[in-house]
Amino acid sequence: MKNLTAILTVVAALVVLWYGAAIKMNSTWTYDQAERAGTQVTFSELISDTMSQSRPLLPAPHQIVTELWKTTVEKKITSKRSMIYQGSITLKTTLLGFALGIVLGVASATIIVLSRIGRLTLMPWAIISQTIPIVALAPIIVVLSNAAGTGTLMVPKAIIAAYLSFYPVLVSMVKGLSSPDAMQLDLLRTYGASQSNVFWKLRLPSSMPYFFASLKVSVAAAFVGAVVAELSTSAIAGLGARMLIGSQFGEPMIMWAALFAAAILAAILIFLVGTFERIARQLMGGRTA
Amino acid sequence: MNRPDTTFEKIAWPIGFGLAVLVLWEIVVRGFGVSPAILPAPTAIAAAIRENPGTLWEDWVQTVLKGAVNGLWMGTLAALVVALIIDRFDFLKRGLLPVANFFAALPIVGLAPIMVMWFGFDWHSKAAVVAVMVFFPMLVNILGGLAAVDPMQRDLMRTYAASHAQTLQKLRGPAALPFLFNGLKIATSLALIGAIVAEYFGSPIRGMGFRITTEMGRLATDMVWAEIVVSAVTGTALYGLVAGIEKRVTFWHPSQRG
Repeated sequence: MKNLTAILTVVAALVVLWYGAAIKMNSTWTYDQAERAGTQVTFSELISDTMSQSRPLLPAPHQIVTELWKTTVEKKITSKRSMIYQGSITLKTTLLGFALGIVLGVASATIIVLSRIGRLTLMPWAIISQTIPIVALAPIIVVLSNAAGTGTLMVPKAIIAAYLSFYPVLVSMVKGLSSPDAMQLDLLRTYGASQSNVFWKLRLPSSMPYFFASLKVSVAAAFVGAVVAELSTSAIAGLGARMLIGSQFGEPMIMWAALFAAAILAAILIFLVGTFERIARQLMGGRTA
Repeated sequence: MNRPDTTFEKIAWPIGFGLAVLVLWEIVVRGFGVSPAILPAPTAIAAAIRENPGTLWEDWVQTVLKGAVNGLWMGTLAALVVALIIDRFDFLKRGLLPVANFFAALPIVGLAPIMVMWFGFDWHSKAAVVAVMVFFPMLVNILGGLAAVDPMQRDLMRTYAASHAQTLQKLRGPAALPFLFNGLKIATSLALIGAIVAEYFGSPIRGMGFRITTEMGRLATDMVWAEIVVSAVTGTALYGLVAGIEKRVTFWHPSQRG
């Protein structure tokens, strides 16, 4: 409860700062207009004008809320201007990339843990892969998946999202699959367990807490990847594409609304995965990584 | 199975794997006659790099040195200052840490078009995007690092009658370093992404992001790959640089001694 008061205070302070910055940044335009018209601007006029410009440098928070309301509740979901429609496309990309990332992460972690050569070969490349800026690769991924005949932009976008989201899963799963200690492995050897028995009965179950702990990071990465993908593949639909359109047509309100819609969507995703993680942990008897 | 890896093995396997992929790539491209507009052979990419060192260098200076590096130090420095301030006030710590954690998970890269609108097409807007992108992960990591001292050690400093500044300098600062470097490792790759993405929203006629989009439009895929190679080498080198400094500065930490 004490934390909540602190958080709310901080958020309130940020909003106040924001209003201040909005007045400051948008005032140049107001003064400019007034000078052209040859009039003087009073303080109250300044405030009301900087709060309601249609193309502000920095829109006031309530303007963004209004724009979001207009583009979610008041627009039909099928409309191209609806943030819910655009968000659902980004969400689809994220989930596809997330799923692909999990499969890729778990599979490579399994290879790395089970085979010495796999570990020596793959682990350095997994690290290197994350230091390569994915945006540079994005156009190539689009061309290659087009050549492979996937048709839509969904596949390359999901691949880009997966590229960012597999890494947290990989790292956690490597840790988790190698978490059984020598004593436990020895016990299974006295049982005459085979390699695959050890994997299915000991390594995999003991890696689960690590797996669930990695999901929250991974889904956030997948979402960032999806937005980056939309920004860098000149997509025509999705929240990232809305930002592009807002930028090209000089409509800052669209950019800001898309940015906030993205933030809200990210928050929902992280919250859902976090809840899922908590439930899964409770079902497993409250073990943590 | 349990014999330790030799240095030779640690180097030979990954490099061998990389070479094998390159050779396979070359064979596939030549054998199946893949169009160079779709996938150029590694040798063609190498040729593109050899033929255009001037352009690649110019782009590298614009994007990496001016955009990414400037944004990186600005964001890191800002995070450091804010972290030290927040650290003094328990109320701020409880209030700001969750907010910062939340922001760190957001696609801040979406700010790129707005920053271009504010700071113009040149590298200033790129540095601004990078600074904001880097700020939150750095802040979270530094705050986590400053909290990573056990009460026992803190009590010891108190029995020495150490001041806040002394405790910070001798105990909590060094203890936070491993976290700071972890944050920096994330930040370096974010910085390159931010600097390149921001160029998609407008840039002068140089820069890696600009080159990638324009050459892609001309179907000069070998040049796009050349830029990818440069960005990949840069990203890995920056990461290696941070890891190298970390090794020298935090040699006492258990993770560096193993």
